[in-house]
Amino acid sequence: MSDVLQILPQQIVFGLALGSVYGLIALGYTMVYGILFMINFAHGEVFTLGAYLGWWVLALLLKEKIGGLHPAWVLPLMLGLAMAGSGLVGTALERFAYRPLYTRGATRLGPLISAVGASIFLQNAIMLTQGARMKVFMTGLLFPRAWTFNLGGVSVSVLVLTMTGSALLMMWGLNLLVQRTTLGRSIRAVAEDREMAAVMGVNVRRVIAVTFFLGSALGGAAGVLVGLYYTQIDFFMGYSAGLKAFTAAVLGGIGNIRGAMLGGVILGLIESLAVTFLNPAYKDVVAFVVLILTLVIRPAGLLGESVPESEKV
Amino acid sequence: MLRLAGVVTYYGPIQILKSLDLEVRQGEIVCLLGGNASGKSTTMKTILGIVRPRQGTVEFEGQRIDGLPTEAIVSRGISLVPEARRIFGRMTVWENLTMGAYTRRREAPAELQQDLDRVYGLFPRLRERADQKGGTLSGGEQQMLAMARALMARPRLLLMDEPSMGLAPALVDQVFDIIETINRQGTTILVVEQNATVALGIAHRGYVLQNGRIVVTDSAAALLRADHIRRAYLGETESESPDRSGRGEAASA
Repeated sequence: MSDVLQILPQQIVFGLALGSVYGLIALGYTMVYGILFMINFAHGEVFTLGAYLGWWVLALLLKEKIGGLHPAWVLPLMLGLAMAGSGLVGTALERFAYRPLYTRGATRLGPLISAVGASIFLQNAIMLTQGARMKVFMTGLLFPRAWTFNLGGVSVSVLVLTMTGSALLMMWGLNLLVQRTTLGRSIRAVAEDREMAAVMGVNVRRVIAVTFFLGSALGGAAGVLVGLYYTQIDFFMGYSAGLKAFTAAVLGGIGNIRGAMLGGVILGLIESLAVTFLNPAYKDVVAFVVLILTLVIRPAGLLGESVPESEKV
Repeated sequence: MLRLAGVVTYYGPIQILKSLDLEVRQGEIVCLLGGNASGKSTTMKTILGIVRPRQGTVEFEGQRIDGLPTEAIVSRGISLVPEARRIFGRMTVWENLTMGAYTRRREAPAELQQDLDRVYGLFPRLRERADQKGGTLSGGEQQMLAMARALMARPRLLLMDEPSMGLAPALVDQVFDIIETINRQGTTILVVEQNATVALGIAHRGYVLQNGRIVVTDSAAALLRADHIRRAYLGETESESPDRSGRGEAASA
């Protein structure tokens, strides 16, 4: 028992790191749900895409033998390009896979089915262009393994710190944008009452596109961070990460931005603690158990409000 | 300023407006009267581009606006105080008002602050509640907020959809007082109302809508005097004098 207690602080730190990344991905689900009342099942794929884009940036830098690879400039570059790429793909998704359906009065099911199709399409596109075998992130060249801190007895690697820090910073930035800027207000207005937002003069179609861009960009950033940490990426990684992030979004209250962040962190902690105290093989089962429990006990989630019954797409 | 000519609007297969002709001149208060399902709300929606007319034209300040998207129509200077308020309940009073000024978001903040002060002057209760979420306001306060929000855009034409609905009589009086004030300050107003007495009390002219068609139009004074109008829409006989007591529905604090 005592060795479990010894590694507990370590696991908690890791749980927070993992949780903040889940939160990043969860934001994409929750923002799209808040504005269109649909679950973007293809969201996991922009996460995967982000990871691959990050990999390519790193690989290119290594190939050109650009010496002095310091994460201080390499990481923002990887993140920036991955976010831009994922954001654009997310916007394209909305434009071509969802908008033609919800503007023509499809039922709620239409975009959902389209999302599943888009997910399969993107997964296979990545597999066919990048190969079915996994790719390896040369994280060690960027974050030397020995680079650690000692925080109150716990050995924390700079990588984990950077990962958590970046994720938290981005979430904080998004929250600021949504709460304090005109764009953020227009997003909230469209999410609450789309018709009245248009009557205020808001270009609803553009706000929806921007929401997709933001959510997907964050998902892409999460892909880079996860790739750096786990060092292995494959075309299928979006499946499991997507479902877990979706769980986190539901746990926090689907449609609620703070809820997505909270749900992510909580899920990360639960998963990390479950691995510590239970069989690590059940790691992925944890998320599903949490999802089922949430839907049964409190479907609105921790911070959620009850969603109106109207058929809004 | 605003002209609808021969407007025919459908909701799916159902024809709601059957060749509607209506005009609002600058500086006027015009009221559009009619019972339930007469097409009043559809008229508003047609003007704002929320629904598109199948036939006919909608002109604002000489330019056609039918067929334009709602946000384009609104940026030309038309604002709406919707039926049932429809304020953003999850946003604060201040945020609602700021959203009202969305079409003016590129103007200097000082200009917007001026309008904020102006609406707080008209509705002091809102200043007190500036940081409260819209959903926590009472029905009457939400109506004030809806009006203030529409005014923040400095509209040249203000559309009001049943402003008296669900308000206590004293509040209805207050609201219509404010409507008159806004008009005197230079805003043209089109009011859709079921409460004909109150509406005709402040309007210059009125239209009566029945089954998607205008059946009567005249000056407000003439409409108030006309017997058959009064009996059909105001439910009173010649001996009762019209005043602004307003027979609004059940009181809402």
